[in-house]
Amino acid sequence: MLVPVLFGITILSFLLLQVMPGDPVEHAMGTRASAEELAAMRRLWGLDLPLWQQYLIFLRDCLTGSFGVSLFYKLPVSRLVMERLPITLALALYSTLIGLAIALPFAVVAALRRGRLADVLIRQLFVLLIAMPPFWLCFVLILEGSLRLGLFPTGGVGTGFLQNLHRLFLPALVVGLSTASLIQQSLRATLIETMKADYVDTARAKGLSPAQVFGRHILRNSLISTISVIGVRVSWIIGGTVVVEKIFAVPGLGSLLIDAIQSRDFPVIRGLTVCFAVLVVLVNLLTDIAYSLADPRARMK
Amino acid sequence: MTPLIRRFVRSPAGIGGLAMLLALAAAVVVTPLISPYDPYALDFGNALMPPDAAHWFGTDNFGRDIFTRIVAGAVYDLRLATTCVFGPMILGILIGLCAGYYGGWVDDALMRITDIVWAFPFYVLVLTIVGVLGPGEGNLYIAFFMVNWIGYARIVRGETQIIRRLEYVQALTILRFGPARTMLRHILPNAVTPAVVYSMSDLVLTVQAVAALSFFGLGVQPPAPEWGLLIVESVDYMRDAPWMTIFPGLAIAWVGVAFALLGEGLATAMKPKG
Repeated sequence: MLVPVLFGITILSFLLLQVMPGDPVEHAMGTRASAEELAAMRRLWGLDLPLWQQYLIFLRDCLTGSFGVSLFYKLPVSRLVMERLPITLALALYSTLIGLAIALPFAVVAALRRGRLADVLIRQLFVLLIAMPPFWLCFVLILEGSLRLGLFPTGGVGTGFLQNLHRLFLPALVVGLSTASLIQQSLRATLIETMKADYVDTARAKGLSPAQVFGRHILRNSLISTISVIGVRVSWIIGGTVVVEKIFAVPGLGSLLIDAIQSRDFPVIRGLTVCFAVLVVLVNLLTDIAYSLADPRARMK
Repeated sequence: MTPLIRRFVRSPAGIGGLAMLLALAAAVVVTPLISPYDPYALDFGNALMPPDAAHWFGTDNFGRDIFTRIVAGAVYDLRLATTCVFGPMILGILIGLCAGYYGGWVDDALMRITDIVWAFPFYVLVLTIVGVLGPGEGNLYIAFFMVNWIGYARIVRGETQIIRRLEYVQALTILRFGPARTMLRHILPNAVTPAVVYSMSDLVLTVQAVAALSFFGLGVQPPAPEWGLLIVESVDYMRDAPWMTIFPGLAIAWVGVAFALLGEGLATAMKPKG
């Protein structure tokens, strides 16, 4: 199951770049290059070969882990990716934690007061959150948090864990807010579902206090299902980091992708689309494993 | 249809969303008739004026009235977003119907393709396609048509697989109704509800994505007053004229809330009884 998808990812990434109008060689060399120079460059990049050979070369580059060589940086794409991957992963994890921290209290209140005013208000609050465009939210937060209050820098990364926790807060918050509304919705639904379960009645009948029943039985079991929600949405979370990274000048994979698109650095674009998709597939796999470890019922299957 | 409309009218969310969209539509129609301002004409004497009675949302660095520009831009954003959602939606529904109805290798091939496309983060794929094809409205449509049908195909396929096994569909087969008639007239009406509800949340995100693409110079090109362009043009003046940034974003959020509420209303109205 995994291997055909990975192959498909390389094929799709390869084909995407084939539809690029114009000659990437001419674009890179400028108008002053002679026909011989262009032909030499084309040979060097392997663009004179038939399509299937070009694909096999690309596939070899993917399998050996180099993903081709950047036209702009003159470095293997894999090196660029490895430099930036930790930053994007950290941002994605940070934003997920922020999203969870925001969603959890609201989901609990909404589930406990379902159908009442608090539930309705919370639902509208999250509708408003998801309706605000993230790239605009970045600027509003820069305007308020950086320019007016001076609490956060306007962008970039620092050194050390604590400094980055501070510097990446605004970008992580933007991604986290959109994640929060997804988590809140599903967690609320799961909490309400779980409250009706028989084992909750059993726990109550054993004489546990309402707080113990909620914390130990209802909340804990509902949170497990949130793992799989995050897994399904991982592609959304990682996609969200792309735009935010560019605006906050965070040197991660997303800003690399947008820079590569703007400079038409096709090996980087191609390599990065493969890396993004593989990242999503791997994180999905990891959340599946985490879910089965946390939920004994899934382990039985 | 009538009970559906009655149930929709009774849901406050649905009515609220509809009212918000109608208010925007009214502004689009009425503003050019009564506004003293032209969305494109330069007026340097009035540059960077804060919001007041004359300029409700203030003016930009060229002295253009921002309210008039936002209303003029609504045509771009709504046209792009609805085309980028409903076009791929029709495509996805047809593909989902075929996959669910025929099963077998048609279904297998489709599911492989959706698995692969789903692995790519949405923004990565759309930015790359438009970035590779070059900026412009036409290429924006190509990108969204390539990506956005997948969700609908998956939803409708699942529904069709369930409905196909129901007795009434088997009766149609015995009556020798053709597959096209069975799918379009008898399965589709019962399979389409979740796709319609999904399309509303899809619209919320697509309005944002369309604006984000122009923000990166990949979508609609200046001098169109498209909302993403209004925001990108405002960034250099953000410190002194925050209204230039704030209001176009609120316009996107307005449309987003409207579609989200509309979706909620439709979900209540279309929910089968019991």
